[in-house]
Amino acid sequence: MSEQNASAAPLPASADNQGYIAARQPPEKVGGLLVWLRKNLFSGPINSLISLVLLYLIVRIVTPVVQWGLINATWVGSSRQDCTGDGACWVFITTRLGQIIYGFYPTPERWRVDVTLAMFAVLLVWLVIPRLPYKKIAGLLTLFAFPVVAYFLLLGGSFGLPYVPTRQWGGLMLTLVIATVGIVCSIPLGILLALGRRSSMPFVKAVCVVFIEFWRGVPLITVLFMASVMFPLFVPAQLEVDRLVRALIGISFFWSAYMAEVVRSGLQAIPKGQDEAAAALGLGYWQRTGLVVLPQALKLVISGIVSTCISLFKDTTLVLIIGLFDLLGVIRAGLTDTAWLGYATEGYVFAAILFWAFCFSMSRYSQYLERRLHTGHR
Amino acid sequence: MTSNTASAAEQPMIEITRLNKWYGDFHVLRDIDLTVAKGERIVICGPSGSGKSTMIRCINHLEEHQQGEIVVGGIPMTRDVKRIEQIRRRVGMVFQHFNLFPHLTVLENCCLAQVWVQKKPRREAEKIAMEYLERVRIANQAQKYPGQLSGGQQQRVAIARSLCMHPEIMLFDEPTSALDPEMIKEVLDVMVQLASEGMTMLCVTHEMGFAKTVADRVIFMDQGQIIEQNPPTEFFGNPRSARTREFLSQILGH
Repeated sequence: MSEQNASAAPLPASADNQGYIAARQPPEKVGGLLVWLRKNLFSGPINSLISLVLLYLIVRIVTPVVQWGLINATWVGSSRQDCTGDGACWVFITTRLGQIIYGFYPTPERWRVDVTLAMFAVLLVWLVIPRLPYKKIAGLLTLFAFPVVAYFLLLGGSFGLPYVPTRQWGGLMLTLVIATVGIVCSIPLGILLALGRRSSMPFVKAVCVVFIEFWRGVPLITVLFMASVMFPLFVPAQLEVDRLVRALIGISFFWSAYMAEVVRSGLQAIPKGQDEAAAALGLGYWQRTGLVVLPQALKLVISGIVSTCISLFKDTTLVLIIGLFDLLGVIRAGLTDTAWLGYATEGYVFAAILFWAFCFSMSRYSQYLERRLHTGHR
Repeated sequence: MTSNTASAAEQPMIEITRLNKWYGDFHVLRDIDLTVAKGERIVICGPSGSGKSTMIRCINHLEEHQQGEIVVGGIPMTRDVKRIEQIRRRVGMVFQHFNLFPHLTVLENCCLAQVWVQKKPRREAEKIAMEYLERVRIANQAQKYPGQLSGGQQQRVAIARSLCMHPEIMLFDEPTSALDPEMIKEVLDVMVQLASEGMTMLCVTHEMGFAKTVADRVIFMDQGQIIEQNPPTEFFGNPRSARTREFLSQILGH
């Protein structure tokens, strides 16, 4: 039909000599701020009204917050007497910044925390920025060398470093230790549990199902209580395990159950043909899983894994109830200081900002990772 | 057409004896007996649900049978994982839905098993991969991801990926059924070429033109049984059973 039309009608100017219509540029977009505003915010009387009301609300809310937090705030000082403005008094934070970061870690030894954090930051940047070379070395260092170094550096007791018991750890440093150990342990454990739950071996499957359902069915607070209060009752005194270690084990097990379910949802989304094709090529179970199925499954559930990491990070604050002073715990402890009564808002806002910064970076990184690993539709 | 028929003294490549398989209570394969000589090309056809795919999937143990024996290249199939992997290394398979690994490039798809199963150095694996990609005329796409290729191109990559492992037997499970009509020929051309080089092939397909030109034997299956097997001239010219005639009239009728 179309060919007949083409031969009957005179060729349009844009047609090439074979009768096809040449590709043209799309119509130009009309740009400009005014056009955008008009199209998106003021496209009709009702939309305009809604826009204006919302604008009013935003101004009413943001202005006092900015005034309180930035403009009228007090930034420098050393005691409560310096809090003169009618805004926030960040002196509360600045005077105890050391405690917020290091907890009760002895002041002359704080450089050890700094070095550990710096090493961690360098490794993280190395791993996260794709342009930097030798990723394998960075991965091995992070997974194997760094934990050992961090352990000896933070705990001390050898290599001439004074021993710093974990009950003196606290603040941001403790939060990061718990979150990092929790994330690093729960992801691999979760992957193994997810694979086990799909196993054709009944015993392996049963163990994994029971493990996952047990830890998912118990609130984290209960887990922490059990770890700190119940555990010592059942174990002889000589066998006493450090309270932080007990909390770390509890947190890792608890979150690995959640990770397992996230990973399992990814495994279920991979067509059976992928495993079959790998099997037909002679690859064994662990090769098929590690080289073909898991890379695809994990890619699908990056956002789920990172969501779980974010939850884990935020829930580290629960260790407060077993007497460990994490970032939030240290700030709360500061609020009970009689010299600083009434500065709870500053304390909580600061804690919120710190937590938000960490969680938001994780979220952005997961989005970046998803885009980067996208290899076109299947 | 060099090694059209294997010498009688040679041991058969595949020997299936009284093979039975059930899915739950459903008897999918019933008393299958099949012997395939080295270099033989076999086309298997039949209505859907007749068990033809299941049968060839038993040969590399993607499906487990409950009764009967399968011997591939002299190795009897057992449940032993090592044994199964040993057999799979000698048997290549091409699937209806290609099943390329979408997270790897075409070249990586072809190298993966060479590196991890055959333990070849990466450079050597890539050289072999490029040779086979050249043979299926798709070497210029080596750095692309499967998602960026057409169906016909993906299936040719899948064939190359299998051939990289130097299999002695190739199983094709409806290799052209998921393709657009204009891409079927490019895949069949590759398969015809492969057949002419003496590869032992078992091919489940409805491409009767391919069966006529390439097959040494055409097998017709229905309800889990082998109803009829004959050379193509005999099979198409003088089908014995009524069921075969009905099937042929349906697929050749228009």
